[in-house]
Amino acid sequence: MESSFSSPRNDTFPAGLRVLVVDDDPTWLKILEKMLKRCSYEVTTCGLARDALHLLRQKKDGYDMVISDVNMPDMDGFRLLEHLGLEMDLPVIMMSVDGETSRVMRGVQHGACDYLLKPIRMKELRNIWQHVFRKKIHEIRDIESHESLEGILGVGWKTENRKKPDRNRKKPKKKKNRTESLIRSGSDQYDEGYFLSADDLTSSRKRKDVDNKYDDKDFADFSSTKKARVVWSVDLHQKFVKAVHHIGFDKVGPKKILDLMNVPWLTRENVASHLQKYRLYLSRLQKENELKSSCGGMKHSDYSSKDAQGSFGLQNSISIQQSDAAHGSFKVSGDNLVSQRVGTKSHESDIEGIVSEPVAEPKKGSNGNISDPQKTRSPQMDFNNSYAETKKCLIGNVPDSQKISTPQVHPSHSIALVESEVNFTEFESAIPTKYSWNEIPLNKAQKPLIQLNSGFNKPPLPGPHSHFQVDRVQSIPSISSRPSTAEEDVTGPAKSKPSYSECINTQGSHVSPSTTDSFPDQIKSCLVNHQVSEAISTSTANMEYQGFNLNCITDLESAQRNLIMGSASPFASLDDGFQICWYQGDCYGMNLGLQNIEFPEYNDPALVSEVPAHLYDALRFDYPCEPSEYSVMGQGLFIS
Amino acid sequence: MDRNQLQRQVALKRSFLFEQCYLDPQQFVQLEELQDDANPNFVEEIVTLFYKDSARLFQKIEQALYSRPIDFAKLDDYMHQFKGSTSSIGAIKVKNECSQFKEFCLAANADGCVRALERVKQEHQTLRIHLENYFQLRRQAGLVQRV
Repeated sequence: MESSFSSPRNDTFPAGLRVLVVDDDPTWLKILEKMLKRCSYEVTTCGLARDALHLLRQKKDGYDMVISDVNMPDMDGFRLLEHLGLEMDLPVIMMSVDGETSRVMRGVQHGACDYLLKPIRMKELRNIWQHVFRKKIHEIRDIESHESLEGILGVGWKTENRKKPDRNRKKPKKKKNRTESLIRSGSDQYDEGYFLSADDLTSSRKRKDVDNKYDDKDFADFSSTKKARVVWSVDLHQKFVKAVHHIGFDKVGPKKILDLMNVPWLTRENVASHLQKYRLYLSRLQKENELKSSCGGMKHSDYSSKDAQGSFGLQNSISIQQSDAAHGSFKVSGDNLVSQRVGTKSHESDIEGIVSEPVAEPKKGSNGNISDPQKTRSPQMDFNNSYAETKKCLIGNVPDSQKISTPQVHPSHSIALVESEVNFTEFESAIPTKYSWNEIPLNKAQKPLIQLNSGFNKPPLPGPHSHFQVDRVQSIPSISSRPSTAEEDVTGPAKSKPSYSECINTQGSHVSPSTTDSFPDQIKSCLVNHQVSEAISTSTANMEYQGFNLNCITDLESAQRNLIMGSASPFASLDDGFQICWYQGDCYGMNLGLQNIEFPEYNDPALVSEVPAHLYDALRFDYPCEPSEYSVMGQGLFIS
Repeated sequence: MDRNQLQRQVALKRSFLFEQCYLDPQQFVQLEELQDDANPNFVEEIVTLFYKDSARLFQKIEQALYSRPIDFAKLDDYMHQFKGSTSSIGAIKVKNECSQFKEFCLAANADGCVRALERVKQEHQTLRIHLENYFQLRRQAGLVQRV
């Protein structure tokens, strides 16, 4: 049984709790280390956020919880927090000298389990184990619900586990993310535990939980209580987003989503919690967008116009995304870009949804594709045009010749916004503007973002937001190298744009068009988190790849350049399949091979085909940044 | 002085530091409680580390303060970091001067900042002298274990 090989600490929980402390202040680091050791915890200290992330990624199950300071030089504590929550699902406690309510609230919003004020007292640290315990209990519950579901269906839960539920094995070091195995596992055997009845399972699990809490983390078995959590891979998230869009964001509910997703091993609880995260993410993006958007939101909505898909290969990818599940596509494509946005916005089922995000879809507008609210108007054309246009538009309503569609380029102002934000576009450019963002049915409640697109094709689109992207395109030399290029080119740059918007959208609730500003934020956030700056240069290259856009719409602020760069970095890993993290508002890092990026949902083979070459190339960049950080790939992911 | 007298002196010094609000007794006592066989001079180690890191932070602050144009936001940020550091040893007076400095930052008052920084440094140095004296007394009183 588990306890047999459990380390001593298991028997005396919470002793032995493995804590990672991150703080740039060496004095506090030392004090905390001493305090935690006093509590009999196993402490590891880190002076830099990126070192911490590195450590955590290296040993996925190496720590039980993280305590981090909010103000750190290399990375904002909140960003780190989001990464941790998304990538690793570890309980994180924030610390700060500043106890202002707004900051504390932000911490909680970003997913912190607790927020401690410095100076910290020993007694506060003594109880931190409760967060770890709580999470475990929730995991067990999830597993159990899975179990019961399985029981009902009579299906064994196949997990890919590491091969055996051999608890005694100290390590097979399969540090692989269990959830990954869960998700990916195909026919692996089920831990015997699973075949037990729910009750048995519960009790055995509980027992295991306590005993094995600190067991070898290699427990890959599903039965391992340690991690039964679901890993929301890009594919999975894509499905999720698609389902959400299909249902309609307003009417969405975990059960409905679950049914639509048709993933047997997924439980309603999994979906519910993911939906909650998603909503928070979107709303955060939306807020950021609203704050920033001067453009009025990108027309991500245009994306939805799936029509665009048809037209360009690239666009397709984008559009695919859009149509599919607006979100899903984003996410997936961008893999990491926060394409999340997609879902929330008005993407009506078709609409890529993503579009609504401030993603500078506006570019799209120029493409013309965007103009159609939901239907990809001549997707290709649009795309190309939009892309080119966006570029132009962004810059200032460039009425690109390409603009097939409409003048939409409202972008002028959006462009302005976009520009700043657009910087992401570099990022995004990678993302095929195909998104029907432009298309995004403005009619739908497109979130303000869509308006950006409006500039593009659709006259009806109010917001020039779309331009947002355009600027970026321009700014990004690498990406938009061909601003006015023909369609092909357009797609290229356009790609980045749309995707960008998508990315951006994901940032916050589908970036409302109004938030062109948010776009940059998003991008920035995407990138920033990851020390994008270095990567940016490379990322720009990526931008061209459609996939990228989606990913990092995070904060534009620093993003512009960084974004591009940042996105680039993730790509590097793409080759190896990066981890996709659904960062709230950030880019996702996906551990998918590029190949995985395809969006199965997207049925536009044509679309994808175009991309592949580019994308793969793009992906090959050596981004300095860690892939996980940038989900820029998103767009690029269109690659089939 | 005999040992008892020395020990009394140590206690007096400690009380003085608290009463005069140089140090926050709560935090200081916390640090003292962390002292054990593994780290018998833990408090002194922490104080030493604090002063060492302070030098680095002061450098950053001064650099920002004397650059033109002044980035007050950055200045505020650096001072915030320093303030957080002072909370580690519970340096009350120093912390208060830091708050003053931050006020001037908010008001974008460069002169005010320069003067406030001077006061911060003064308090910082004064406390340092007191603490060094305190630790020395402790050593003399045989309260410091030789590891």
